[in-house]
Amino acid sequence: MAEHVSGLAERPVAETGAPMVGFENVIKSFKSRETGRKAFRALDNISYSVPRGAITGIIGRSGAGKSTLVRLVNGLERPSEGRVIVDGTDVAALDEVALRSQRRSIGMIFQHFNLLSSRTVYDNVAMPLEIAGMAKLDIKRRIEPLIDLVGLSERKHHYPAQLSGGQKQRVGIARALASEPKLLLSDEATSALDPETTQQILGLLKTINRDLGLTVLLITHEMEVVKAVTSRVAVMDKGQIVESGRTFDVFTAPQHETTRSMLAALPGGSLPDWIGRQVIADPKPGCNALLRLRFFGETADQPLVSRLMAVLDSPVNIIAGTVDEIAGEPYGTLYVAYSADPAIMQKADQFYAQTGLNAEVVGYVS
Amino acid sequence: MSPDMLISLLTKGTLQTLQMVIVSGLIGTALGLPIGIFLATSGKGELLQAPMLNRIVGLIVNATRSTPFIILVVAIIPFTRLVAGTSIGTQAAIVPLTVATIPFFARLVESAIREVDKGLIEAARAMGATPMQIVIKVLLAESKPAITLAFTLTIVSLIGYSAMVGAVGGGGLGDLGIRYGYQRFMPGVMLAVVVVLIVLVQAIQSAGDRLARSFDKKNRSQ
Repeated sequence: MAEHVSGLAERPVAETGAPMVGFENVIKSFKSRETGRKAFRALDNISYSVPRGAITGIIGRSGAGKSTLVRLVNGLERPSEGRVIVDGTDVAALDEVALRSQRRSIGMIFQHFNLLSSRTVYDNVAMPLEIAGMAKLDIKRRIEPLIDLVGLSERKHHYPAQLSGGQKQRVGIARALASEPKLLLSDEATSALDPETTQQILGLLKTINRDLGLTVLLITHEMEVVKAVTSRVAVMDKGQIVESGRTFDVFTAPQHETTRSMLAALPGGSLPDWIGRQVIADPKPGCNALLRLRFFGETADQPLVSRLMAVLDSPVNIIAGTVDEIAGEPYGTLYVAYSADPAIMQKADQFYAQTGLNAEVVGYVS
Repeated sequence: MSPDMLISLLTKGTLQTLQMVIVSGLIGTALGLPIGIFLATSGKGELLQAPMLNRIVGLIVNATRSTPFIILVVAIIPFTRLVAGTSIGTQAAIVPLTVATIPFFARLVESAIREVDKGLIEAARAMGATPMQIVIKVLLAESKPAITLAFTLTIVSLIGYSAMVGAVGGGGLGDLGIRYGYQRFMPGVMLAVVVVLIVLVQAIQSAGDRLARSFDKKNRSQ
């Protein structure tokens, strides 16, 4: 597994050509069970493109509509209005028979794995090919390397009940890849796994994306997942996409309130409690200013903090901070406090303007 | 009664019971299985959506299930005569037994299939499976242990039902117990009948349990 994990740091495959999936003004409403008519809008006019060859994330809280959105792609759900174009075909317009053959070119993995308990690892992976009517020998030739790829060759005659969660999801991944799909849908695939196993599964997804050039569309409620593997992200809230773009941009400069509050849950995303309680909104004489400095792009590579200390010629107190990686790029957050004296504040502002360091006063502490 | 005579009566009764139970059990479950599958998959928003037909079949099943067996036996005598050519005897008794087995087994199969995780159906749909493939490769394959237990329960219940068809000359162990043990005051015969029935039921139940367990891959440890 080691090489999979280290693969996390690598850049995603280049995005090329027409989008793999295009949502065009998609609306999905459900009838309410009680009244039978008052419709609930799970998806409210969604337009979004999923680029080819990349890992794209859709993030949102539960009930935001992301599950419904991903199910439109393989026709498990039908839109009430709008078009869902997958590799040039409007899935929403297909009948059941055409949809079935379309589904064979789209793999899907699930939060609870959805493996057949009555089948061994091998037979689970073979299932999509059996369904497609492939000969037994061809199936064997196709799936043996896949079981190898997910590292389960030694367990291929085990039943799912004999596997750990991470192993089950690897079976799920091998099964999804069996029909050599052009697109892989991941529905909260790591949400039932522990953090370490999550990293392994994400590493595997990343390897698959890179080595097979497979487009991946994953939905999740975990910012960590988006941060680790996606190159693009769309944030959903109440049936709408409220923000989208390169993962790094969305993470470092979130525009929408939902994105900000979801990011606050990440380490370094918000002030530690003990200091947060002391922060006041307006300066008092003799108090310190509390700032959030964010390092990314060019500013991530330079020794800016020590230079700041030299420029200010006044004590700089480092309160909290993290250095992390988003979509393969370094990113750091540092909370610092220094005297709120106007002369010092002005020197600092000049320094930020010269160096391009992203700094923001979050409050004052005495 | 001489021991020889008792043994010959018991043997005859056991064979008649087995004949009734096996024939009606096999035909009844063979017909009940597809009905059970249909009941489990044809509701609104389900795989083979046919809500009207689902309700009609459900009604018929309920009606048959709620008719006391002994009344069913008498009520369908014309039908029995049509099928078996006669309305009395062991062969004739097989007809009402089969008719009673079909809805009984169908309901058991329905609940066994409803226990299958909906996520598996979704996964199979996502693979491009047809509804028929989902029924065979997912629903039946996954509920095989539960259906095996349902079959066992059906056979055991049939042994009980078969005791009642003595009323139409069906013979069998139950009939033997009533006519000799009860009506002729021969408690020894009654006891022998009960012992044979207990052994029979035990054997069927444990064979069914063992078979179901061998099908069940869910509760295996590492």
